[in-house]
Amino acid sequence: MATLSDDDVRHIAKLCRLNLSDKEVQKFAPELNDILTYIEKLQEVDTSSVEPTPQPTGIVNRFREDEIVSDGPTPEELLGTSPLPIIDHQIQTPSAHG
Amino acid sequence: MGKPCALTIAEAHSKLKNKEITSVQLVQSCIDRIESIDDALNAVIYRNFKRALEQAKKIDAEGKFDHPLTGIPFLAKDNFCEKGIPSTGCSNVLRDKEYVPPFESTSTQRLKDAGAISLGKTNTDEFTMGASTETSCYGVTRNPWDTTRVAGGSSGGSAAGVGSDECIFAVGSDTGGSIRQPAGFCGCVGFRATYGRTSRFGVMSMASSLDSIGPICKTVEDTAIVMNTLAGLDPLDATTGDLPVPDYTKAISGDVKGLKIGIPKEYFIDGMDPEVESAVRSAATHLESMGAEIIDISLPHTDYAVATYYVITPSEVSSNMARYDGIRYGHTVQKADDLVDYYHQVRTEGFGDEVKRRIMIGTYALSAGYYDAYYRQAQKVRTLIIKDFEEAYKKVDIVLTPTYPTPAFTVGALDGDPIAMYLQDIFLVAQGLSGMPGITVPCGFCKNNLPIGLHLSGPHWSEELLLKVAHIYEKSTEWAEKRPNL
Repeated sequence: MATLSDDDVRHIAKLCRLNLSDKEVQKFAPELNDILTYIEKLQEVDTSSVEPTPQPTGIVNRFREDEIVSDGPTPEELLGTSPLPIIDHQIQTPSAHG
Repeated sequence: MGKPCALTIAEAHSKLKNKEITSVQLVQSCIDRIESIDDALNAVIYRNFKRALEQAKKIDAEGKFDHPLTGIPFLAKDNFCEKGIPSTGCSNVLRDKEYVPPFESTSTQRLKDAGAISLGKTNTDEFTMGASTETSCYGVTRNPWDTTRVAGGSSGGSAAGVGSDECIFAVGSDTGGSIRQPAGFCGCVGFRATYGRTSRFGVMSMASSLDSIGPICKTVEDTAIVMNTLAGLDPLDATTGDLPVPDYTKAISGDVKGLKIGIPKEYFIDGMDPEVESAVRSAATHLESMGAEIIDISLPHTDYAVATYYVITPSEVSSNMARYDGIRYGHTVQKADDLVDYYHQVRTEGFGDEVKRRIMIGTYALSAGYYDAYYRQAQKVRTLIIKDFEEAYKKVDIVLTPTYPTPAFTVGALDGDPIAMYLQDIFLVAQGLSGMPGITVPCGFCKNNLPIGLHLSGPHWSEELLLKVAHIYEKSTEWAEKRPNL
C-alpha cells in the first residue's frame, strides 16, 4: 500500500481537525508510515470466507421502552460544563461561516 | 499490626465489622500513605480527601458494616466520571477547564452505593492511550518496586496506588491490556472481565468495542468481592450482558484437579526475559503438581493480534475523540476565524502526540478507498483470532501465558518508538479483541526485585473459573505477600 507523503499527512490532519506545523509533519510522517508498514502484515491473511466481528459477545439490538428518564443531569448542569457563553439555553459558538 | 492502608478488603472488612478499626482510621491511613510517598510515584492526580473523611465519619456513625465494601477507600482511574469531582482522562483537552462531570459512572456509583469511599483519581495515559502512563498530561507514574521504572499503563496510577498501599483497591479500564499489564508490573492482581460483564457507562471511551472495566486489587479474593459489585446488566450501557451475576467469592474455593490448562507455543517468543519465562513455566508446573493437566496448544493468528488491534483501536479512537471539540466541555481558545478554525485550535492545543497519532491512523484507516483494506480486513482477522481461542477452549479450560515478555522498563526507554510501545501488550490484546476475560497474578520476581505476572484467560463469561484458579495459585504461593520497600 501507499506510503504517506508529507502532503498526505497534512491532508489527514485536516480531516482530523488538527493543525500540524512543518516540524510536526516531519516527525509524524515517518512514525505513521512505520505504523502503516507494521499493520500491512494483515494483508497476508486469507479472509475471503471470513465474516468481520464488530462486537465480540454477539449482543444485538437491545430494545427498551421509549420513556423519558428524568434522574439524569439537568440541562443547566450539562450546559454548565461548556467553556463558551450560554444564551437562552444555547451555546454560542464561533460562526460556522467565518 | 501493620498500617491499616496495607490491609486487603477482606481483612479491613473484618476489622471494621469487629470494631477493631474505624473507617476514618482506614481512610486517614491511606491519606497519610499518599501524602508520604506519592511525590515519588505520581499515582494520584486528584485528592478527594476532605469528602472521603466526611463520608467515613458518616459510615462510622451508622456503624453498619454488612457489605464487604462499606467504609473501604478506593481510587478510580481518571477516565471514570465522578459527579462533582474533576475527571480529565489525564488530557489537557479536559484538564485546562477542569471538567467536572454532572453525572456518575455506573461502576463508581455501584461501589459508592455499597459504601466504598472514593479517595481520588489516578493517573493514566491520555484517554488511556499508552502502556506506560507516560502520555498523561500530569506526567509519568513511577513503579513502587523501582521508581526509575514505569508503573505500566494505561491504568498505571491505579496499579501503583494498590501496589504501594495508597488505597485498599482501585478500578481501571482495559482495552488491550491496560488493567493487566500495569497490575502485573506493580505486583497486583488485575482483572479484565468479559466485554459487557461490567458497565462502561460514564467511563471515557477509547475503543468502544473493546473497553472493559475491572478491579486492581491486592488479592484474588478482593477481586471477587469487587466484581460482585461491578458486574451486571446496566440499562445505561446496552452492551452489558443480561446474565445473572454469581457470588464470585463463593466460586473461588475448590481445587484444580483435572483442570485442563493450555499453553500456547506462540506466547513464548524470542527476546523474552528468561526470568519471566522461567517463572511462568514454574507456575504451570506448580498447578500441574496440584492436579491440573498441562496441554500444549497453538493460537495460529497470534502474530497478527497487535496489528489488528492497531487498526481497530485507532479507528474507534478517531470516532470517540471527535467529541472533544471545545463546545460542550473542555479546552477553549479566545480567538478563532470560524468554527472549523476553532475545532482545529482546540484539538491541536488539547491533545498530546499519541492521541494525535491514533486519530490520524484511524481517520486514514476509515477513509474512502482504504476502509476495506484496513478496517474491514482487521475486523475479519479479529474473527480468526476469536476462532483460535474458541478452538482452543474445546480442548482446554483456560489458557496460561506470561502477562508480558519483559518486566517494567525504565522511564523514557521507549520514547520515539510507538511500535515498541504497542508491542508491550503483545500477550494481552487478544482478550481485548475477543472480549474474553483475563486475570494477572504475581508469579515471581526478577533478580532485580521486579514483579513477574502470570496471565490466565478463559472463554466469554468464565470469570468464576479464572478467579478460582488464580485464587488457588495465589494461596499456594507466597508472591502476593511480598510488598515493595517505599
